[in-house]
Amino acid sequence: MDIAVTKKKLGLKERYALMTRGLGWEPTYQSVDDVFPMDSFEGIKIHDWDAWEDPFRLTMDAYWKYQAEKERKLYAILDAFAQGNGHLTLSDARYINTVKLFINGLAPLEYMSHRGFAHIGRQFRGVGPRVACMMQSLDEMRHAQTQVHAISNYNRYYDGMANFRHHHTYLPYLQVPRSFFEDAASGGPFEFITAIGFAFEYVLTNLVFVPFISGAAYNGDMGAMTFGFSAQSDEARHMTLGLEVIKFMLEQDPDNLPIVQKWLNKWTWRGVRVLTLVAMMQDYMLPKRVMSWAEAWEIYFEENCGALFRDLARYGIVMPPCVEQVRKERDHLSHMAWCQFYQARGTNNFHVWLPSKEDMDWLSAKYPETFDQYYRPRFEYWAKMEEEGTPFEAATPPQQCQVCQIPTIFPVAGDPLTRAEHSCTHDGERFHFCSQWCQEIFEDEPEKYVQAKLGAHELYKGNLFGDADPTAEDFDPMAAAMAFLKLTPEDSGLHSDSRDAANFDLWRGLAKANEA
Amino acid sequence: MSEVKSTVFLCLQANDETRGVIEAIERDNEHASFDYQPGMVRITAPGTLTVRRETVEEEVGREFDLQELHINMISLSGHVDEDDDALVLSWDR
Ligand SMILES: [Fe+2]
Ligand SMILES: [Fe+2]
Repeated sequence: MDIAVTKKKLGLKERYALMTRGLGWEPTYQSVDDVFPMDSFEGIKIHDWDAWEDPFRLTMDAYWKYQAEKERKLYAILDAFAQGNGHLTLSDARYINTVKLFINGLAPLEYMSHRGFAHIGRQFRGVGPRVACMMQSLDEMRHAQTQVHAISNYNRYYDGMANFRHHHTYLPYLQVPRSFFEDAASGGPFEFITAIGFAFEYVLTNLVFVPFISGAAYNGDMGAMTFGFSAQSDEARHMTLGLEVIKFMLEQDPDNLPIVQKWLNKWTWRGVRVLTLVAMMQDYMLPKRVMSWAEAWEIYFEENCGALFRDLARYGIVMPPCVEQVRKERDHLSHMAWCQFYQARGTNNFHVWLPSKEDMDWLSAKYPETFDQYYRPRFEYWAKMEEEGTPFEAATPPQQCQVCQIPTIFPVAGDPLTRAEHSCTHDGERFHFCSQWCQEIFEDEPEKYVQAKLGAHELYKGNLFGDADPTAEDFDPMAAAMAFLKLTPEDSGLHSDSRDAANFDLWRGLAKANEA
Repeated sequence: MSEVKSTVFLCLQANDETRGVIEAIERDNEHASFDYQPGMVRITAPGTLTVRRETVEEEVGREFDLQELHINMISLSGHVDEDDDALVLSWDR
């Protein structure tokens, strides 16, 4: 059926009311509680779903129109990128490793987000949030698809991307972002939207997309810049939805306050832990840097989340207590992470390198309190070992936190030379955590987190050997694990030794000169 | 509200389509500041930031639907209030 087009255009508010609220109906032969069984078990009390306001008032017809326009723009540029050998316009071959981080770490989360929003778009009984969740579900599908399309232009030439889905599931470092989303998606609908709308969209995507995409633009990556901006244009709507849900819960019933505060505490911490990867990307992986992690943190967390928490104070919400520790870790985070990835480079699917003298001077200027004192000596020592032909590499996989799944490399906050150790016993088994905050999350729902499959731990349990027979005479556990993980020697190791570095130089040379 | 005046911001792609929009925002928001980063501009303002349809139409020389902003919007902060004539970001409600 076609919708009749009236000559006189309706106002935005009327159009929204008709095209959104007007689409709902009251069930007659089933009770509302039976139709929407999942939006009450978390304890959130909603008295009036009609009080929900969608600030953008985007209707489905306008949504299709603008999304189609975004796609047309994006694919025009992706075609030009592929046709013009766009990968050779990059500032430096090292940059390609940030693209690998993106396709392996982030694009699968877009797909998870699509599934999650499709699910909760079915579960909320209010029509307004259901329509908004449906749009977000479609957006996230688009993000996953466009990222895979855009990055396939790199996968044709470079290593480390071909098995992104398998690696996302099994490589230890990728379990950090994966566990974040699995934790959210296995919560109820209100927790999911708080986790994703607040921690992922409001806190994380600003810190991921804005510096990452600006970094892509700065490093000559038209493809990533375009899909990034195209996806991010939807995120403005997503984060607004997340905040709207939080305000809505808080306004509907005072009993919702402690539940919402608990989720904000948990998801702020979960989000910040995932950001470790972004901090490292910004400070170490972009050949031409846009801003330091510490600077991005100041703008997008301190300023932006500060404003949000000041606003939510009217409902009794306070800044999550973990933020104190995050502030103390701010000037350590990226350095600790890069050191960890350097040491564990045999199980990464991207390449690493030691910062050059010039890189280290930039890091000292950006981190005057920490870099020269704690990290420069380590990098200089490792550089010497590389020169001597005996590069340092960790011989064993690290212990991972049971909740955030990051190796337990973090020091005691405020005491950078002492490693933080946290553990508790549940059902006779001992579990380890990176921090007090992850331990608190565990203790609130231990039945959930005991199920976590930690890569390094699974390896020791013998669960990563695929079809290989561990009782065979010539069984090589490391080779079996690598085959199961689909990790090739070309995927990992030092950038300077990599096939990617050699090919980039060769192809760029060919692009600039005629063959003799 | 507490004594700290929260800022709102709007990040737009810096391209041909947004040039007129950015100029309109500049005209209507004397208190705003404009930070150009690779590929984008980040517009911050203490308190509120307003995008007015009429001013944008004057700048771009054609009819403009404020929802077209969705195409080039990268990020924002603050509460959004949008109708046919203006998009307002603010922390004050
Ligand atoms: Fe997304
Ligand atoms: Fe943790």
